[in-house]
Amino acid sequence: MQKTKTHKKKHFRQGRGDKVFNVVAIIVISLIVIIVLVPLLNVVAASFSSSKAVNAGQVLLWPVDFTLENYRTVLKYDSVWLGYRNTIFYTVAGTVISVMLSLCCAYPLAQRRFSGRKFLNRLLMFTMIFNGGMIPTYMVVRDLNILDTVWAVLLPVAVSFYNVIIIRNFIETTIPVELEESTRVDGCTPFRYFVNFILPLSKPIIAVIAMYYAVAQWNNYFNAFLYLTEKNLYPLQLFLREILVSSKFSAADLDPETAAAIQGLADTLKYVIIVVSTLPLMCIYPFVQKHFVKGVMIGSVKG
Amino acid sequence: MRVKKIKTVIKRDWQYYLFMLPPLAYFIIFKFFPMIGLQIAFRDYTPRGGIWNSAWVGLENIIKFVESYQFERVVKNTFILSIYGLAVNTIIPIAFALIYNAIEKPRFKKVTQTIVTLPHFISVVVLVGIMMQLLNNRIGIYGILYENIFGVYPSDIFGEPKAFRHLYVWSSVWQNFGWNAIIYIATLSGVDAGLHEAAQLDGASRLKRIWHIDLPHLVPTIVILAVMGMGNIMSVGFEKAFLMQNNLNLEYSELISTYVYRVGLSGGTLSDFSYATAIDLFNAVLNLILIFIANKIARRATETSLW
Repeated sequence: MQKTKTHKKKHFRQGRGDKVFNVVAIIVISLIVIIVLVPLLNVVAASFSSSKAVNAGQVLLWPVDFTLENYRTVLKYDSVWLGYRNTIFYTVAGTVISVMLSLCCAYPLAQRRFSGRKFLNRLLMFTMIFNGGMIPTYMVVRDLNILDTVWAVLLPVAVSFYNVIIIRNFIETTIPVELEESTRVDGCTPFRYFVNFILPLSKPIIAVIAMYYAVAQWNNYFNAFLYLTEKNLYPLQLFLREILVSSKFSAADLDPETAAAIQGLADTLKYVIIVVSTLPLMCIYPFVQKHFVKGVMIGSVKG
Repeated sequence: MRVKKIKTVIKRDWQYYLFMLPPLAYFIIFKFFPMIGLQIAFRDYTPRGGIWNSAWVGLENIIKFVESYQFERVVKNTFILSIYGLAVNTIIPIAFALIYNAIEKPRFKKVTQTIVTLPHFISVVVLVGIMMQLLNNRIGIYGILYENIFGVYPSDIFGEPKAFRHLYVWSSVWQNFGWNAIIYIATLSGVDAGLHEAAQLDGASRLKRIWHIDLPHLVPTIVILAVMGMGNIMSVGFEKAFLMQNNLNLEYSELISTYVYRVGLSGGTLSDFSYATAIDLFNAVLNLILIFIANKIARRATETSLW
């Protein structure tokens, strides 16, 4: 008791310079937060403003001439819906495939007893620092005859060895070796051990990895861009690329009246589309943040 | 004897191998097959000859690339862009983590962290879209503010070749510094509080403690991440650069990876698979050399290394 008191006193006496530092630190961090927020707020504000205000350059951080008209127009835009539907499919299917493959890969690699462990670890690690590149990979996808199918989007990026390492590290560090040994003595096969012990005990890391894969798949345009020409299969990101970056609103998707209006609306609609496409992740993120952070931590344990 | 040993191992471990089968199939098909396909870099690829039977030309394609007028441009652009990016994307998260860690307001910190990590989840396409809108010289926030201050509209920043690198790097800082800082922040939370108390008793200011206690604590993490970053130096993103490219900024925005795409896949029937692959291979080997060098230096200097 006495000891902590003196401690506190010293703390206080030394604190003056530090107090200034503290205030400065909070100001600096707050400024950084503002820098991060301004672009986001500006986009949201513009999406709710009239196109007249946007085109006149009046919108900063608050909507001018508040309107929902932009959103109504975008919701009529078929490509956005189609893209959304495809992306949801790719995200769900891709995540399921990726998580299953990654688990199957990480489990044996985490078992000290497994004879191929060291060799396979090294071999697969190599894929992280060297790969065949764009053209040879394209040729493999082409030769598999999966160009212009959903598989071209799902399979080539199905497993990231980095994520496998995260799972492997998790299993190695949180599930005691003794558990495996004692269950084995009792006649538990590797398969049963996986189902009865590894799966239930790995739930937290499975959640983390699933979210990693889901975000990657949601945001991925590269695969679809290289391997798809069939518009019906386009994920949202590819439509977004056309709309946002190449500035192509295909008039065919719209009735003439809207098509005419869209010319003047184009820029405002881009803001809406940014909001509509990004909102789901942004809304979910704060609730699952701690899982993502945990994944970073486990992944950082040296491979 | 050996055969017998292998038999017992297989008998014991066959279920593990069964687990490995599907993921191994994935790696073999999508990672190792393309490595075999890399040999077309040394051939004159024709669809009829395929990977194995097209005419062997040796180093011709690679020499052609090295001697082409594009060589200097794309290698230089790639190199500068990644070094610049690596430096800024390392320093800023560290600085942020150090300041953030010094603050003792849990609620403030929590909200801050959520906000600064949020942009990490924006897709590249949308990020570039946001940039194009905000930096629009008339209706974007950049144009509006510029006009308010200087009375004239600025020129189109996306059309300025020299702006490309800064736009590329600083937009990725905006998007990722919070995310990249997570690892440093977590490492800092592991600093022994006793060290800080002892230093405080000796009269060390907060700033001094950051410099002499916190920063050294981060060194191993910084080294590992820097080595990994070095390994990715030549593979700097196709995705974003490609989206940001336009005819005006190609002089600075054409990278090895985007050039590979241009040569190999964008031209339809004119595509030169062999030449594109040769360029890509040149890049990948350079990459591999860089990561080995970086790892060696790291091990010598700090006794921390990737392997």
